[in-house]
Amino acid sequence: MGIAETYTRGRQAAVARPGSIILGLVVAVLLFDLGVGLATGDNSFSGVGSLMWDGLMRGLVIGLAGIGLSMTYSILNFANFAHGDYITAGAFSGWATTYVVAGLGRADIGALFLVGASGSVFGGTLGIGVTGTPLAVVAGALVAGGFTVALAVVIDRTVFKPIRDESGITLLITSIGVAFALRYIMQFVFSSSVRGTTAQPPSVSLYFVDGVVRINAHDIALVVVAGGLMLGVHLLLQLTTLGKAMRAMADNEDLAQITGIPTERVVRAVWIIGGGLTGVAGYMFVLWKGTLGFNDGWLLLLLIFAAVILGGIGSVYGAIVGGLAIGLTASMSVIWIPSAFSRAAAFFVMIVILLVKPEGIFSGRSTA
Amino acid sequence: MRDDVVARIPGGDTGAIVAVLLVIYAAYVLAGVGLGFSLRGQLNTVATLTFFIGVFAMLSLALNLHWGYTGLFNIGIVGFMAVGIYVMALVSKPLYEAGGASQVGGLGLPIVVGMLAGMAAAALLGLVVALPALRLRADYLAIVTIAMSEIVRFSFLSGDFQQFQLFGERVGFGGGSGLILDYTDPIEAFFSVVGLWDAYLGVVDAFGVLIPTNPKPIVDGLVYGALLLGFVAAYFWLLKRTGESPFGRVLKAIREDEDVANSLGKNTNRFKIKAFMLGCALMGLAGVLWFMRSGAVTPNTFRPRITFFIWIALIIGGAGSNTGSVLGGAVFAALLYQGPRTLKNLIDAVLPSTNAPSGFGPAVAPLFSTLDPAPLLFYTLDSVRQLQLVFMGLVLIWLMHNRPEGMLGHRKETAAGIPLTAQRAQKRQAADGGGGDDE
Amino acid sequence: MSDAAESGGLTLGSGGPGIDEEYPLQAEGLRKAFGGITAVEDASFRVERGSVTGLIGPNGAGKSTTFNLITGMLDPDAGTVTFDGEDITGLEPHAIANRGLVRTFQIARELQDMTVLENMMLAPKGQRGESLWRSVTPGVRREVIDQESELLERVWEVLEFFDIDHLAEEYAGNLSGGQRKLLELSRALLTDPDVLLLDEPFAGVNPSLEKRLLEHIHELREQGYTFLLVEHDMDLIMENCGRVIVLHQGQILTEGAPAEIQANEEVIEAYLGGNV
Repeated sequence: MGIAETYTRGRQAAVARPGSIILGLVVAVLLFDLGVGLATGDNSFSGVGSLMWDGLMRGLVIGLAGIGLSMTYSILNFANFAHGDYITAGAFSGWATTYVVAGLGRADIGALFLVGASGSVFGGTLGIGVTGTPLAVVAGALVAGGFTVALAVVIDRTVFKPIRDESGITLLITSIGVAFALRYIMQFVFSSSVRGTTAQPPSVSLYFVDGVVRINAHDIALVVVAGGLMLGVHLLLQLTTLGKAMRAMADNEDLAQITGIPTERVVRAVWIIGGGLTGVAGYMFVLWKGTLGFNDGWLLLLLIFAAVILGGIGSVYGAIVGGLAIGLTASMSVIWIPSAFSRAAAFFVMIVILLVKPEGIFSGRSTA
Repeated sequence: MRDDVVARIPGGDTGAIVAVLLVIYAAYVLAGVGLGFSLRGQLNTVATLTFFIGVFAMLSLALNLHWGYTGLFNIGIVGFMAVGIYVMALVSKPLYEAGGASQVGGLGLPIVVGMLAGMAAAALLGLVVALPALRLRADYLAIVTIAMSEIVRFSFLSGDFQQFQLFGERVGFGGGSGLILDYTDPIEAFFSVVGLWDAYLGVVDAFGVLIPTNPKPIVDGLVYGALLLGFVAAYFWLLKRTGESPFGRVLKAIREDEDVANSLGKNTNRFKIKAFMLGCALMGLAGVLWFMRSGAVTPNTFRPRITFFIWIALIIGGAGSNTGSVLGGAVFAALLYQGPRTLKNLIDAVLPSTNAPSGFGPAVAPLFSTLDPAPLLFYTLDSVRQLQLVFMGLVLIWLMHNRPEGMLGHRKETAAGIPLTAQRAQKRQAADGGGGDDE
Repeated sequence: MSDAAESGGLTLGSGGPGIDEEYPLQAEGLRKAFGGITAVEDASFRVERGSVTGLIGPNGAGKSTTFNLITGMLDPDAGTVTFDGEDITGLEPHAIANRGLVRTFQIARELQDMTVLENMMLAPKGQRGESLWRSVTPGVRREVIDQESELLERVWEVLEFFDIDHLAEEYAGNLSGGQRKLLELSRALLTDPDVLLLDEPFAGVNPSLEKRLLEHIHELREQGYTFLLVEHDMDLIMENCGRVIVLHQGQILTEGAPAEIQANEEVIEAYLGGNV
């Protein structure tokens, strides 16, 4: 009876979702290939471990930035293509602060404000890092969050609010306009150069089977900050009335329509929370990778979309899990394919998810 | 309705387009006079302007088929363009020769074959994207198409396709360092095929009267611009016929409500795939025409900003209207794309700035220290290429707030092979007249 | 109207519906669940040729879901739909429509930015110009144009039959609720159907227009068309339908002539129960 039932259910699943089955098979083949590689020594455990760690870090950034995108996507019902440039704006505002705090008196203040545009001052020279200049880093992260909140709220007031009732496509197109305007204003002010922002952070080498996985202080900082903020969002959603209203809106579109939500209050809260997380994510991303350029946020945006869709639009936890999955995919894909295609692999995963399970992994359980 | 009848008067559409073009050219010529351009400079301006009007008009016509007619939200246009020119290069570049300028060769086939191959490849890529993705919501299709265009760019960037063997020939896409387009100049190829190359050279010589030194690049530019306008006309003709037909009617119905079209027995997926592939092929061809004479192409040219340009062009003109698409392309090219650069040249002519600051810092510092705004002004002028993107973004926002339906307002082109109103009205008149005679 | 009367009836299709089987549309054991909620459970019924059959039931009884299952908008979890002796379960909506089973929508879904004429011209089957290459290729396009002229004639006939020819050049989005319903019905007729499924065709229609719509339906029934109507208004159904199917909580409660239904205590209870 039990077996027969399982069999029947399995058969139904196979009929109903052939895509899922194929996807499962592909994943199995890839894992098998990885296993063979490890067994034969073509892949080292420590190498795979390093990639995995790298992917986790990337995933934390994507997940943290994805929360805001996911919330606005579900509550305001449009894909905000300016989100990537909010990330960049957060990063520049935060890093300008860090440079000023860390380098005041040691370099020209203008150069510091412009985050060392065109090589006028270098983060490495200033010894910037979470251990070297902790105060500057904390101040930078706070300003990044605060500035992005202000930016998101102001843009919402001036650009999105007047056309709140239009279709999601109208808003999407408008957000593309916002994205380009923001991006090239930043290029105008901060120049197009990609600058190094940090000194080499201290690191430890963890022994892992056949080699080492290096973990540095900025990895740890990213884990602490991203983990803390994610926990904070969780508590906010579970414990406050605002959180309940947001969950209600994200969970049940019909209910939201009937009860007349989204209220402007909730909308503003969404931009504030989302903007803050996004700005900090941008700051931490730059701290972790050690470089800053005006295209950073845009390049991250499509991966964030991938994560949000993968996790299910509107789901905060989905965004986090989706972020980790996309980060791991982008980093670990080099085991199987040329590194030029690692980003392409993440997009490919997103496209496959859209086809197989367009409602995402966490759909129906949005924010609960 | 009466407006539509007026628009149907022969020359109505063409008339509007020609009028806008004339105004644009007049403005540019005047600007050239202001700049004190020589005849050579003036002709050069006209050629460049014509080139960009041509490519943007073609591309927004193709996008109009996707978005205006069928409601397919494609923001991966640049990917189809890139595939078009790269495949064309692969097919038409000469065979590899050791020691040649190019690291890789092509298949050495005629340029026309390459162009057709580029179109076919873009259409095929469209099919690959469309087969699964057309079932998706519009915003998902948007994300899929833009991700696809980035995948295309990464693929051409990657070392893996830098060079490979095809039919025993050493070919490739050149990777990040780009691909040299070392085939015969397309203009020469074109005139040779029709047997007029010598005549063309004769015309170039005759032009020597006007421009004594090296007239060929100028003539080439003008002729190529005219050729592009010919392609715009062909696109317009093709898409007008497509729109004014039962096929176009189904597309329009899909845009309005796909379920209804489906319930009336139309296989909407088939229609969407066909329309998508046709649009992609036209985008691929526009990509070929844009870049085929540029000497070389690099993958990073094909960034999403080109897609953004085309969307603005279409929205300016008004999605859903072919005439609007052409006008939008022309206005975009003249005002938003070439305009700021021309304006910069104009101001430069009046206020020569030899020492524009190299960055925002040195530009702003004098404003604070000595209240001198000049360096900031010069830096702003110098950064016109970035600032024009800011301006375009603001224009797009303004359009979506104030004129989402574009320049041509709520104009709607009737989707039928015959005028739907005139015929009946005439018949009735005839009938009424007949009745009157009897009495 | 007078045109149609003089010419002895209106030929809408290529020869009118064929009369070869008594029950062209049959549903057998239809079931559909959304998440944990079963919207339709084991629904079996059939629709007699040349009849106006009513499908009634209280709110949430599963009428619209049943319609969607029959017309391929939804795939049933179980059960079959047979049309003209062929199993059409799970076919795409367009494939079903092309066999002659055509629906209208509860909320009239006119194609707003298309004129009434464009709306109507969309409907006919077998349009040569629906092939892209025929529409654009010089020479071949001649055939397309010729067919368009023929279609336009037919469209005008239907518009006149329904007395909406004065609206022909209006954008569908500008029509009143009742006019939209007329447009939907006339558009559906142009697809040359055998059986028409009308989802609440009288909702939001004023009484005089409702009367006209009913006259049209009866006139078309006499020409051999078959109708299945979903309707809320019990009286209207009882007066106009030859047979009535009652859905309640996703199941077929009963089926029969209006008089039988009106006398059926279960039905009365279902309706009253639903109201209390």
